[in-house]
Amino acid sequence: MSFLLDSSIMVTSQVLFFGFGWLFFMRKLFKDYEVRQYVVQVIFSVTFAFSCTMFELIIFEILGVLNSSSRYFHWKLNLCVILLILVFMVPFYIGYFIVSNIRLLHRQKLLFACVLWLTFMYFFWKLGDPFPILSPKHGILSIEQLISRVGVIGVTLMALLSGFGAVNCPYTYMSYFLRNVTDADILALERRLLQTMDMIVSKKKRIAVAHRTMFQRGEVHNKPTGFWGMIKSVTTSVAGSENLSLIQQEVDALEELSRQLFLETADLHATKERIEYSKTFQGKYFNFLGYFFSIYCVWKIFMATINIVFDRVGKTDPVTRGIEITVNYLGIQFDVKFWSQHISFILVGIIIITSIRGLLITLTKFFYAISSSKSSNVIVLLLAQIMGMYFVSSVLLIRMSMPLEYRTIITEVLGELQFNFYHRWFDVIFLVSALSSILFLYLAHKQAPEKHMA
Amino acid sequence: AGVGKSSLVHLLCHNQVLGNPSWTVGCSVDVRIHDYKEGTPEEKTYYIELWDVGGSVGSATSVKSTRAVFYNSLNGIILVHDLTNKKSSQNLYRWSLEALNRDVAPTGVLVTNGDYDREQFADNQIPLLVIGTKLDQIPETKRSEVLTRTAFLAEDFNAEEINLDCTNPRYLAAGSSNAVKLSRFFDKVIEKRYFLRDGNQIPGFSERKRFGGGALKSLHYD
Repeated sequence: MSFLLDSSIMVTSQVLFFGFGWLFFMRKLFKDYEVRQYVVQVIFSVTFAFSCTMFELIIFEILGVLNSSSRYFHWKLNLCVILLILVFMVPFYIGYFIVSNIRLLHRQKLLFACVLWLTFMYFFWKLGDPFPILSPKHGILSIEQLISRVGVIGVTLMALLSGFGAVNCPYTYMSYFLRNVTDADILALERRLLQTMDMIVSKKKRIAVAHRTMFQRGEVHNKPTGFWGMIKSVTTSVAGSENLSLIQQEVDALEELSRQLFLETADLHATKERIEYSKTFQGKYFNFLGYFFSIYCVWKIFMATINIVFDRVGKTDPVTRGIEITVNYLGIQFDVKFWSQHISFILVGIIIITSIRGLLITLTKFFYAISSSKSSNVIVLLLAQIMGMYFVSSVLLIRMSMPLEYRTIITEVLGELQFNFYHRWFDVIFLVSALSSILFLYLAHKQAPEKHMA
Repeated sequence: AGVGKSSLVHLLCHNQVLGNPSWTVGCSVDVRIHDYKEGTPEEKTYYIELWDVGGSVGSATSVKSTRAVFYNSLNGIILVHDLTNKKSSQNLYRWSLEALNRDVAPTGVLVTNGDYDREQFADNQIPLLVIGTKLDQIPETKRSEVLTRTAFLAEDFNAEEINLDCTNPRYLAAGSSNAVKLSRFFDKVIEKRYFLRDGNQIPGFSERKRFGGGALKSLHYD
């Protein structure tokens, strides 16, 4: 009886998450496009719903809600479904939509989609070989095999995103890095842009006139055709066509210049807005946060380096350590078990919420930047895939932040994975990503003021 | 974004189909030579500059402010939308407001027909033309409902409308109704630009070969 009750609770929450994913898809991602294939929307929402359910199960684990055996059952079920979606359905549909975009292969869409899917499976499998993640006694299609590979990809993604975010966040928040932009600069640049456009226009007018006169004179093509045509063109209309191609080249160069100027102007406008924003109260608040975050990020990078150098993987989680420290050094006595449960719940909850929110925001920005009406379906599915893998691996890594008694269920369900390996891998990639983004931002920052001086 | 503005401009200016359309960054210009009042004794030839302003209506404010520099001295506006994508036609209202430098409608919310205020366009002197692209990608069965919808749209703007496919120059062939509408539109623009006060002709023009420059900013939207 209690099992039924638990299941109904789970199902309701899943439906809720599904609805949320659906709304997010419609309101945010596909704001400017029409949804023609509802399959895409359904898949995205389903992936989102099942990922959130996993987090919900963790929270339930900590809080002790629901029967422990029914929790275990739902874990297994959830995991199977998610793996099914991530490894079978989404890649297949990605292949299908890519193929339907290419007009040549329209007839045998299904066939080619299957071919693409098989290629994906092959590479997916090969991915597991160089990593020491499995003991060989498990079968081919067991959950552990699939999860380990999904975990590797997901952890890499997480580490890349965290590394970049850790560096980018203070850079954006702190106004120390803002270049000084005055209105006069913007006006000057805009004037240059308009001047360039005018030059382009005048050159194009000349080309248009030349084309028209040639057309009226009866020469439709100014490209020589045939052997005699070439000889004739050498002697007669040399001056005309050469002139034209010269002008055309100038026009191309000017157009390139105009594009650059446009981008620079947009950049200047954005910087000016940020300067104005930083003078407001909200801006000052975020500036302060930025200093705070930068210290935190530096500390994280430092810790990652230490972990790698000294080959150490933390055994205890921050909550228990925090409590130990307070109890031992500060002499405050309180009920460890009671508080550890609540504090870890809050901590884990915060981590989950911020990572979901951060991921959704990043995905949305990414989607706006690169999608067009043709490829929007493919990109959304790719995003769903990334999101699923990201969430699965956060479950793996979250295990680290939880006290021992709550880790059991994750260890039970996910089988004998080498968790330490994942943490090590995360640290490595995080370090690499953070360092390279520091380098990248440094270069971008240095390059920008030089451009304006020119 | 991605409605086919660059293809359209290329078709209008060169009477040829654009082979490899790519993403437009910023603004690109092209020039069309137009015969004003073709076929009558008052025929004159003019340049028309078509400015193809790219981007989407939901862009960041910085991009919008940069775009605003192109909206000065407009003589006419061509609004381009994608027939296969309903949302692009809904965005046209916001685009027209942006171009006419009125305050932009609330962002983040789809502007539906209810929000649109016809009054704002009543005193608008600038000639408008609405063009729907990708006509070939709509199956025959849906065509009539799409066309009625766009007819309402054009009526809202008090503009003419043309629906075509930018990969097929047949739609703008000489003598077709589309070509006539286009020609009439450009004529209106030229009239507004040059014959604004008292209907005076500009003095001193010799016959056919004299070219005037009319800056028609054709703003293309998603």
